[in-house]
Amino acid sequence: MSATVDVAAAPSEPSLPVDPQGPVRASRSSTWVWVGKKVAGSAATLAFVVVVNFLLFRVINENPARTLARGRARTPEQVQEIVDKYGLDDPLPQQFLIYLKDIVTLDFGDSYEYSQPVRELMLDRLWPTVALVGISTILSIVIGLWIGTIAAWNRGHKFDKISTTGTITLYSMPEWWLGLILFSVFATGIGPMPRLFPIGKLITTGVDPWSLDGVIDQAWHLVLPVTTLTLAYLAEYALVMRSALLDEMGEDYLRTARAKGLRDVIVRRRHASRNALLPVVTLVSLNLGFIVSGAITVETVFSIPGLGLLTTDALRIPDVPMLQGTFFVFSAAVVIANLVSNLLYGLLDPRVRV
Amino acid sequence: MSAAEAADVPRLTPRQVTWRRRKDSFGRSWAEFSRHRSGLLGLTVLTFFALVALLAPVLADSDGLSRTTAAGEVLAAPTADYWLGTDEYGRSVLTLLIHGARVSLLVGLLATVISMVLGTVIGIASGFLGGRIQALLFRLTEWFLVIPFLPLALVLATLLGGSLGTVAFVIGVTTWPGTALLIRSQTLSIKERPYMERARVLGASKWHLMTHHIMPNVMPMVFANTTLTVAGAILTETTLSFLGFGDPNRVSWGTMLDSAFSNGALTLGAWWFLFPPGICVVLVVLAFTLVGQALEEVFNPRLRERS
Repeated sequence: MSATVDVAAAPSEPSLPVDPQGPVRASRSSTWVWVGKKVAGSAATLAFVVVVNFLLFRVINENPARTLARGRARTPEQVQEIVDKYGLDDPLPQQFLIYLKDIVTLDFGDSYEYSQPVRELMLDRLWPTVALVGISTILSIVIGLWIGTIAAWNRGHKFDKISTTGTITLYSMPEWWLGLILFSVFATGIGPMPRLFPIGKLITTGVDPWSLDGVIDQAWHLVLPVTTLTLAYLAEYALVMRSALLDEMGEDYLRTARAKGLRDVIVRRRHASRNALLPVVTLVSLNLGFIVSGAITVETVFSIPGLGLLTTDALRIPDVPMLQGTFFVFSAAVVIANLVSNLLYGLLDPRVRV
Repeated sequence: MSAAEAADVPRLTPRQVTWRRRKDSFGRSWAEFSRHRSGLLGLTVLTFFALVALLAPVLADSDGLSRTTAAGEVLAAPTADYWLGTDEYGRSVLTLLIHGARVSLLVGLLATVISMVLGTVIGIASGFLGGRIQALLFRLTEWFLVIPFLPLALVLATLLGGSLGTVAFVIGVTTWPGTALLIRSQTLSIKERPYMERARVLGASKWHLMTHHIMPNVMPMVFANTTLTVAGAILTETTLSFLGFGDPNRVSWGTMLDSAFSNGALTLGAWWFLFPPGICVVLVVLAFTLVGQALEEVFNPRLRERS
C-alpha cells in the first residue's frame, strides 16, 4: 500500500501542468509530440531503474559472492567459480557494460538457487501472477468505482456510512493479513466452519492444467486469493472515486443537466461520473506499485507459484540474479502501465495534452 | 480602544507576539478538529495504544518475552492463564502483543521522521529553487514515485540486513516522494503570494525565505501528512517483518505474524496467534488515517465544506 495516498485532497490538485494561455485544442502533430514526450519520460524512468538495479546489487552489496556463501555450505572453490562466471571480479564500469548488454537482451543470468536461466524461470511463473492480478484488478475497479459512486451520490446516507467505514478499514489492513484471515476461516476452517477452499497452491497435484477439470480446479484455487486482492485493491478505488465525485457534485453543469429535466441516474452516469473518473485515473496510475506489493505478499500467503512467490523465495537465499530480474520486471511493468494510463488520460481529457 | 486601555496593554516582544498568534491558531485548529467525531475517535485509540506501549513493562512482565523460560504449552488456545493463548515457544501472546506495540509504533514513527524530513526538504527545494536543481529533484521524485516500493524496500532490506534501524531507514527512503510532491505543490502556490515578494524586495536571502516564510506555511500540511505517513509506515513495517526482515531480537506485530505464519498457525487453525496482531495493526493504522483526514480538513478549508 502506498503510504502517502492522499485520498481526500488529491483530486483537487491537477498533477499535470496547465497551459496559462487556457485550453487550446491540440493539433494532430502536437499530440504526437506529447505522446513522444511521455514515452521519452518513461524511457528515462526505465533507465533510472536499470541504473538503480545495478548500483543496488553491485555497489552497496560489494561482495555478492559472500552474500551467496552466507547460510549455505559452499567451498571457496565453488564461490570462486561463481565469481568467475558472473565477472564479479571485473572493474565496475566493465561489469556495468556486461549488465547493460544482458538487460537489453533480457538475459538476467542464471539463478543461484535453481542454476537455470532467470528469464525462463520468470516466464514459467508469469501467468499465475498475470491471472491473479488481472482478475483482481478488473473486479476491484468495477466494484470499487460502483461503491464510490453510489456512496458519493447518497452522501451521508446509510450506504455511504457503511461503505466508507468498510473501505477505510480495508484500506488500513495489510492485504496479506486479510489473506491469512480468509485462509484460516475458509480453507483451514475454524470451529464450525467447514473446509470450503483448497489450502494454497494453484492446482491439485497431478491434474493437467489445460484440461477442463484443470481449469476448473485452478479457478477454485484462485477464489480466495482473488477475493483477498480484490478487497484490498477496491478500497482505494472506492475512496478516490467518492472523493472525486464529491468534488464534481457542486458544479454548475450538473444543475444545468438537472434543469434540462434529465433523470438522476442519467445525470450521474453521463455527466458527473465521467468527469470524476479523470482524477481517479491519475491517482490509480500513481499507485500501481501497490498492486505489485499485493501480488508479492498474497502469493506468498497462498503459495501461488507466481513472480511474487519467486521473489520472496529468492529473498531467503538471497538469489541475487533472480532478485535483479524480478525487480526489473516489476518496475518495468509499473512504468509501462503508468505510461499507458498517462496516455489514456490524455485521450480522455485533451486539456492535459497542451 | 481608549488611551487608558492602550496603556494597560503590556508591551510585547515580537517573539511573544508570534507565540501568542501561534497559540491562538492552535486553539482555533483544535476547536475545528474536535468537531470531527472520527478524528477524536482516532485520537482516543492512539492515546490508548501509546499508553500501552509506554507502560508495556508494567502491564506485562518483560521476562515473558524470553523464549527459553516460557512456561506455557506450545501454540495452546486461550485459557484463564493465557488470555490470548501461546506462541510456538509457549509465550503468552498477550505479553508479546503489549511489547510488540512498542516496536511497531517506534519503527513507524522513526520511519516517518526520516520520510518527512526528506520529503519536506526535497519538496521545498524543488518547489522554490529554480533551474536545474528543481528539474533534477522533480525528476528524482517522479522516478522514486514510479518504482514499486515493496520490491525496492525488499532489495534494500536484503542488502542492509534486518534490524529495527534498517527497517525504519528502508521505509523512510522509499516513502518520501508522496510527501515531496505534496509539499512541492504547496510551495509553488506560497511562492507567488505578495508577502513573499515584499520579503524579497526587502533583501531576504533564499535561505531566509525558505526557512522563515515557506516552512511555517507548509508545516500544517506536513503535520497532516505525517499522520497519514505513520499509518503507511506501520503497515510497511508489518509487511517487511512478515516477509522476514524484522529485527530477530525484538517482537513487533509484524514479526509475530511472521512466526505465526512460518510455524503453521494457519493450517493448525491457531487463530489466537493470527488475529490479535493484525487487529492491532488495523486499529492503529485506521486511527492514524482518521486523525490525518480530520487534520487535513482542518488545514485545508476547501475540503471543509464537503464531507
